[in-house]
Amino acid sequence: MGVQILMPALSPTMTEGKLSRWLKKEGDAVKSGDVIAEIETDKATMEVEAVDEGTLTRILVPEGTEGVSVNSPIAELDGGGANGARPQAPGHDTAMPQQPAPPAAASSAVGEVAKQAEDHGAVAARGQARGEGAAKAGEAAAAPEKDWGPTKPITVREALRDAMVAEMRADADVFLMGEEVAQYQGAYKISQGLLDEFGPRRVIDTPITEHGFTGMAVGAAMTGLKPIVEFMTFNFSMQAIDQIINSAAKTLYMSGGQLGCPIVFRGPNGAAARVAAQHSQCYASWYAHVPGLKVVAPWSAADAKGLLRAAIRDPNPVIVLENEILYGQSFECPVAEDFVLPIGQAKIERAGKDVTIVAYSIAVGWAMQAAEELAQQGIEAEVINLRSIRPLDAATIAASVKRTNRLVTVEEGWPYANIGTEVAMQVIEAAFDWLDAPPVRVTGKDIPMPYAANLEKLALPTVADIVGAVKRVTYK
Amino acid sequence: MAQAADTAGAKRRTRATKEPAMSREQLLQAYHDMLLIRRFEEKAGQLYGMGLIGGFCHLYIGQEAVVVGMQACLEPGDQVITSYRDHGHMLATGMEARGVMAELTGRIGGYSKGKGGSMHMFSREKGFYGGHGIVGAQVSLGTGLAFSNWYREAKNVSLTYFGEGASNQGQVFESFNLAALMKLPNIFIIENNKYGMGTSVERASASRDLSKNASPWGIPGEQVNGMDVMAVKEAGERAVAHCRAGNGPYLLEMKTYRYRGHSMSDPAKYRTREEVQKMREQSDPIETARKALLDQGGTEAELKRIDDEVKAIVQDAADFAQTSPEPDERELWTDVLIEEAR
Repeated sequence: MGVQILMPALSPTMTEGKLSRWLKKEGDAVKSGDVIAEIETDKATMEVEAVDEGTLTRILVPEGTEGVSVNSPIAELDGGGANGARPQAPGHDTAMPQQPAPPAAASSAVGEVAKQAEDHGAVAARGQARGEGAAKAGEAAAAPEKDWGPTKPITVREALRDAMVAEMRADADVFLMGEEVAQYQGAYKISQGLLDEFGPRRVIDTPITEHGFTGMAVGAAMTGLKPIVEFMTFNFSMQAIDQIINSAAKTLYMSGGQLGCPIVFRGPNGAAARVAAQHSQCYASWYAHVPGLKVVAPWSAADAKGLLRAAIRDPNPVIVLENEILYGQSFECPVAEDFVLPIGQAKIERAGKDVTIVAYSIAVGWAMQAAEELAQQGIEAEVINLRSIRPLDAATIAASVKRTNRLVTVEEGWPYANIGTEVAMQVIEAAFDWLDAPPVRVTGKDIPMPYAANLEKLALPTVADIVGAVKRVTYK
Repeated sequence: MAQAADTAGAKRRTRATKEPAMSREQLLQAYHDMLLIRRFEEKAGQLYGMGLIGGFCHLYIGQEAVVVGMQACLEPGDQVITSYRDHGHMLATGMEARGVMAELTGRIGGYSKGKGGSMHMFSREKGFYGGHGIVGAQVSLGTGLAFSNWYREAKNVSLTYFGEGASNQGQVFESFNLAALMKLPNIFIIENNKYGMGTSVERASASRDLSKNASPWGIPGEQVNGMDVMAVKEAGERAVAHCRAGNGPYLLEMKTYRYRGHSMSDPAKYRTREEVQKMREQSDPIETARKALLDQGGTEAELKRIDDEVKAIVQDAADFAQTSPEPDERELWTDVLIEEAR
């Protein structure tokens, strides 16, 4: 009838420890919760609490013994049926490890920190790479762009507003919140007229507290509402990035698929003009790094309208990286009521046979200008507008490189671990044998953005930089 | 404004003392629910010791009266959210012990298919929105749950639990402001168990009365004996009525105590064994409820039946948690994104 008391583990990584002291002796009565012994590892000293009740009949491991294996018997208890039928786990019916208890035993606080670091390390070490963010690069290139019929010129600003209006009309669960989005009509006038049409319950001015209101929006999305959170600029999303990554992006996985987060975070990203370092950063690679997020970066008005509509309809958290300088630019945009673009498909903006230029957001415009100049010099560049950063349309890129055998990437963000790096690596993995030259990245300089007009100009990529890069990869 | 609301609260409190906060049946149920949490957590501690539960495991032992008393105030559709010391909250909302324990052991039968663990479980059906591992993050998320009630013009309320350690986080104050500004039906519940990991509240908070932490925003607050399930229920009813009536948020500071360490690997240098022992002997919420039931004419046999019932549930959960298989390797890649178009 005796129950064996086993050496408990303080953590799943502990395999043995020292039995430093017995606090009960043979013949003592033991109640559930009594401290019966102290055990010690290199990290901590813990007290062992009894789970079962009865009389301690035999101590099997004397105090002071080192290297006692976890789960080996250290004492025997006469259960005595004190609590009636003691529940017994299958396969453990006569041997129950006692609980490590936390109380006042002396130990080193450093040990606790080390333990936590170890726990984190163990989790991190289980990571495994798989191009989750990318469509299979080996697959055939994406279907040609659908013909949406007649177009008319509108600005990117109008396109973004039209997208929100269309989706808010279609779905009462969609609402917009952010700083100055309602009464002020938007810091950059993107939400002009929305308050009038939809009222203050659906177009909500927030205080300047990104962390709090982003968390609130994510919580609302967990109940099935579909918030659009406008960041006045993505620079301010740094205040809220914990909620975007730890709450919005990870909850679906952590809940085993139960709790999704249908939310859009949008606003201008990257450099505007003369606003210096804290207001001029590109966050594409920050957000694209995170499984559980989608990231899009429109260039044209059609991109803006089609991608934002898709983002609002998407059941996942989507980051929409806009660009302030593009807001006022006009582009032809389909007028069709149901116009929408798929997330995850790039667009070949210009076909060419000599080099593939991959760009996103404002850099697509620079790439198009460079392609014009290059055409005059007899070099036919193919320009790919990524549209979607994650998932990345690696298939379209690889298929293009297999035709042109050369790759140049262009973006205004910093060079270190940027989107061009990812694109180049995926091309190397999928089409290495087709490359006739090492890929070249054209990027913003690796410095905080300076204020002075001349220095700011030097910090950003130029059309001339792209032309130069193309000449390098084409050996011209 | 806070003072006015506090006074009103005090008046209602006087009236409420005339009748007990819980009927005998309710108290019996509360005793059952608290005991279930206690025994569940003891078993979790045991399974941890056997190496069957990994990582962090934060036990709720000692604090049972808080969630059980508050849950007794709720109606269907109300929401609950908390931090990572969350097993008690899940059991209180009616989530099954089996599914919670199997999540702790990382098995497919767990609430998150073994992919969330101790700190990350959810049940939309039971109104439980996690289970969050970042200190304080659940407070703005909980404000969002209340926001959705406001947006949908529902009469539901949200219970947003956090520890006194989290109460100093910036986003908590941002949430107070947002909730008060928009009159959101959110009950902020500070579970003050005196220690944020190893740092006592006196060493972490300049604020000496946490129930007043939201008073600059006009949010009424009360200190509650969180070791007494009836006191919790009584205060909870006041808070819930305030929120349901559309008066905006409410703050409850539950004075409670955790008997165990912050997590399983806590050497507990920061307090004495005697302090813990004194709380256990003098203020244990389950013993208090047990005595009240016996005083009301309950019998030992009746309570023994509950003890046995609870033991059986916990044992069944522990068995299930050890026999449910580990998640299939294909689960590694699922639930990252929702793939279907809406």
